[in-house]
Amino acid sequence: MKLVTAIIKPFKLEDVKNALEGVGVRGMTVSESSGFGRQGGHTEVYRGAEYTVDLVPKVRVEVLIDSDRLDEVLEVVTNAAQTGKIGDGKVWVTPIEEVIRVRTGERGADAL
Amino acid sequence: MESALNSGDTAWMLTAAAMVMLMIPGLAFFYGGMVRSKSVLNMLMMVMGATFIVGVLWVIFGYSMTFGSDIGGVIGNPTEFLGLESLMADDPEATLPIMAFVAFQGMFACLTVGLIAGAIPDRTKYNGWLVFGAIWAVLVYFPVAHWVWASGGWIFEMGVIDFAGGTAVHINAGAAALALAIVVGKRTGWPRTPMRPHNLTMVMIGAGLLWFGWFGFNAGSELAADNASAVVFVNTFAATCAAAIGWLVVEKLRDGHMTTLGAASGIVAGLVAITPACSAVSPVGALIVGVLAGVICALAVSLKYRFGYDDSLDVVGVHLVGGLVGTLLIGVLATDLAPAGVNGLLYGGGGEQLGKQAIGAFSVMAYSFAVALIIGLILKAAGIMRVTQDDELSGVDLVEHAESAYELGEAGGGGHFAGIGAGAARRDREEI
Repeated sequence: MKLVTAIIKPFKLEDVKNALEGVGVRGMTVSESSGFGRQGGHTEVYRGAEYTVDLVPKVRVEVLIDSDRLDEVLEVVTNAAQTGKIGDGKVWVTPIEEVIRVRTGERGADAL
Repeated sequence: MESALNSGDTAWMLTAAAMVMLMIPGLAFFYGGMVRSKSVLNMLMMVMGATFIVGVLWVIFGYSMTFGSDIGGVIGNPTEFLGLESLMADDPEATLPIMAFVAFQGMFACLTVGLIAGAIPDRTKYNGWLVFGAIWAVLVYFPVAHWVWASGGWIFEMGVIDFAGGTAVHINAGAAALALAIVVGKRTGWPRTPMRPHNLTMVMIGAGLLWFGWFGFNAGSELAADNASAVVFVNTFAATCAAAIGWLVVEKLRDGHMTTLGAASGIVAGLVAITPACSAVSPVGALIVGVLAGVICALAVSLKYRFGYDDSLDVVGVHLVGGLVGTLLIGVLATDLAPAGVNGLLYGGGGEQLGKQAIGAFSVMAYSFAVALIIGLILKAAGIMRVTQDDELSGVDLVEHAESAYELGEAGGGGHFAGIGAGAARRDREEI
């Protein structure tokens, strides 16, 4: 099993969610986050004083999937989140030892 | 006996007093949105708290000190109307009940002290601020308002025009703000650390309330519902619109964008500048006062970076500078067609009025600055002026008031988690 974590532009969330549902992913965790990469921050001006804002708002999407679906999921997430401009985000994959569905106690792939 | 009371004037003055009162929460929101979220409650409480204290002082002896019988041109007799008791009786000759005037002027005193708070948010002890506000009201506001507005006051007798308080309110508060910003010192990390306004929506709501209330402030200063009050009303509106445009054009040319904060600031700068001048200029004169105030104040707010004083919300740049612009421009743009009936430099009145305006303005500025500096230094030496650096970094809302303004995100302590956390804290305390 794998955990796919995607940091994406906030307005791309709907596309990524639809793409994941399109390939049969049935659950995900979404959180608002902020950070910076090569995009850097932006500048704001208040009463003539310039402030550099380093942290840019992003959305973090996390999905647990079966290992054999990894390539498919990575492809649809990347395609859906891409604008081609700087700041599109990152996707990374983490191996998962165990998953438990709390309601039933099911373990492993059955719990996904 | 027949009463001379004019019910139209009375109704207008009671309404105008209530409108000026609405400027106080308006000011609190205007300032509150500009500070960081960890200090917004303290900002609201500084402005409201000044009102509570000065309101009580006003009733006990403040009104009497300001509008009691003149003593030497500098002060009213503080015991003449002690507790306002002698002013309750119906005066059959008065067109306006004296209590309506007491109410209207009392709101001015409260608001003026509140204005100063914008120089020192995020880092001031609440006790220290309240003590400062009380002493400054007694030593500076009541006497200066007497000088400027009371029959016998030396600035009033000189013929200086300050219709609604450019000198008595804005220059006065702005000079005290400069002194306090210097005494209290910079916020930790200023100007290197970004300290962005946390809620510009709140700033604009505050500016809107101020603008509304200001019609009571200026048009009410006529003390009657008459032709002059309507002229003043239009001049107040004209200058404010022009000032917002002036401020925004400076921003567009200098920084590339017209900002919400700039619009709100321009509104207030225009209102400040037209306050002394609203009875003395024509509507076109008011447009000129406004646009100059907008441009000059937009440039003046950057002075603090050059001179290194942390006047955090620009009380100096907006109120002191705006007050000076309006007060001095009377000497240039006054026309005898306006209610005040005086000609300035451009209307062939010579430089005499301008000279008087300058003497009044700079005298009040120097007096207020000096006394505020001394009060501030004494309170600082007594250790009640500034919170510790740790407390400042945690936020004055929590340290001074044991509250936090916002519970928006669940993980941040709102929603379900807040109840659990608070319950745990309460139990802990009982166990101790």
